[in-house]
Amino acid sequence: METGSTREYAGKKILELGATVPNLCVVGADLNKSTFTNLFAEKYPDRFFDVGIAEQNMVSIAAGLASSGKIPIVSTFAVFGSTRPMDQLRVGVSQPNLNVKVILTHAGLITGEDGISAQSLEDISLFLSLHSFSVLVPSDAYEAQSAVEIAVNTDGPFYIRLSRPAIPILNKEDIKLKHGGSSIMVEGSDISILACGYMVHQAIEASKILKEKHGISARVVNMYSLRPIDTEMILNCASNSQFILTAEEHFKYGGLHSLVSQVVSQNNPIKVYSVSMENYAESGTPEELVKKYGLNFQSIVEKVLANFN
Amino acid sequence: MNINEIKKLSKNIRIDILNMTSNASSGHPGGSLSSADILAVLYWNILKYDSKNPKWEDRDRFILSKSHACPVLYAALAENGYFDRSELLTFRKLDSRLQGHAHIKTPGVEMSGGSLGQGLSFGVGVALSAKLDEKNYKTYVLLGDGELNEGQNWEAIMTAKKYELGNLVAIVDKNGIQNDRFTHEVMDLNPLPEKWKSFGWECFEVDGHDVESLIKVFQSINFDNPTPKVIIADTIKGKGVSFMENNPDFHGKAANSEQLKQAIAEINNQ
Repeated sequence: METGSTREYAGKKILELGATVPNLCVVGADLNKSTFTNLFAEKYPDRFFDVGIAEQNMVSIAAGLASSGKIPIVSTFAVFGSTRPMDQLRVGVSQPNLNVKVILTHAGLITGEDGISAQSLEDISLFLSLHSFSVLVPSDAYEAQSAVEIAVNTDGPFYIRLSRPAIPILNKEDIKLKHGGSSIMVEGSDISILACGYMVHQAIEASKILKEKHGISARVVNMYSLRPIDTEMILNCASNSQFILTAEEHFKYGGLHSLVSQVVSQNNPIKVYSVSMENYAESGTPEELVKKYGLNFQSIVEKVLANFN
Repeated sequence: MNINEIKKLSKNIRIDILNMTSNASSGHPGGSLSSADILAVLYWNILKYDSKNPKWEDRDRFILSKSHACPVLYAALAENGYFDRSELLTFRKLDSRLQGHAHIKTPGVEMSGGSLGQGLSFGVGVALSAKLDEKNYKTYVLLGDGELNEGQNWEAIMTAKKYELGNLVAIVDKNGIQNDRFTHEVMDLNPLPEKWKSFGWECFEVDGHDVESLIKVFQSINFDNPTPKVIIADTIKGKGVSFMENNPDFHGKAANSEQLKQAIAEINNQ
């Protein structure tokens, strides 16, 4: 299966947009080789600012740039760009609704060997708590490019969550996401698996096993837009499924499971199970970690079988 | 505008600050009063702006980082026609544009604040944008001395030097008092000028209540020099009101009605 890393493809898209969006700027914090914003930096040095290892400064500078008509992208690792400048994101970006694009890489468990300090399992919840932010979680490299395009072309603050390792490519190159949309990756009639990011391909894999080995028809929906969220799709799933299972590479609280549960509980209460992180992990390869911590297709299959009637 | 006229405006601003905070029974009079002469000089003699077109592209930017001192900014903006003076007494009230800490929805307010330490970085972003657009406007950021406890300021100070932001002017309202106590007790900043200079900034020191000196120092700035500038203004917290001056109690407490009468009388007699 063809693979690609969301951070690399996003970095290439940022470079590409530099040509057509003259007020696009990038503010980085000494991780620009890893986030691939060095591509933009090399081509557009005047519009690239490296503030050093200073994430709070990075975010407030971006707010100043945005207030002056620029479209700043701030870029670093998800662990550093979320918790560390949370106050600057809250007071300086979200409350005044400034046009800052926060594009963070190395999110989630699959960051791997660097261990728990580097595995961002809180970022979705944190950005969803910032009222003005749109939150996009692309599931493959091409979706990452589309997400960047949406963020740059849509006024207001955005968070885009990207991963370190290469992950399977699920879409064609010309995939266009919709702000507030979702996509059905696999049709199914018994249950619905709502997944985001890295968990989408695991959910697709799980649906194949469920169908072939257990005769269960599982719909797989890619919830790439967490805010705005596709409420209609969630309600449609709730109406046509025995239960919903959410799958996210994130703690259970405050992420996809919480969002889906909120929508379902107020409209069409059915059971909403979760495959997600339940504790801090440890160092290891992505494959080892998702297996040990229950974030792969097997965990999804097991969760479905344990609850399916 | 001549010096006596500016002094008169400083008095008006002080009275506005006292009325606003007392009417709201809250707010931060001490650090607003210490900044009054600085804002009077800036808004009447230094800044280029058009109060009827607050978003004018070429305006100078004044960024209030010590956002709790917003009464001084609201007073200066109202005196200059950004909005009607009658709006001042809506400060901190429901449905008002004059929030307890400044928010960009208020005409003339450049930055939403309320959490210290962010304004200088924001100013760096604005100044970078000016350079990128080859605009001549200048960016002024007013900081509190207590605010310099926040490490983010020092990140911004390094960044401004790196990018040679000669169009950026930081002003420190050095009133010597922060929320709990005197700044030298909480976190001694001295020697403050040496700190800025060692980070590569051009440093000016001035009496922050001497209107003539303030004008001179602002006018002496050479913007062709790519070095960022800081003006350390020695001020008195609560300046102009005897029982507020150098009194940490009036950092975040308004005068009651009796105190208000006395305070306004004192300012009128100066």
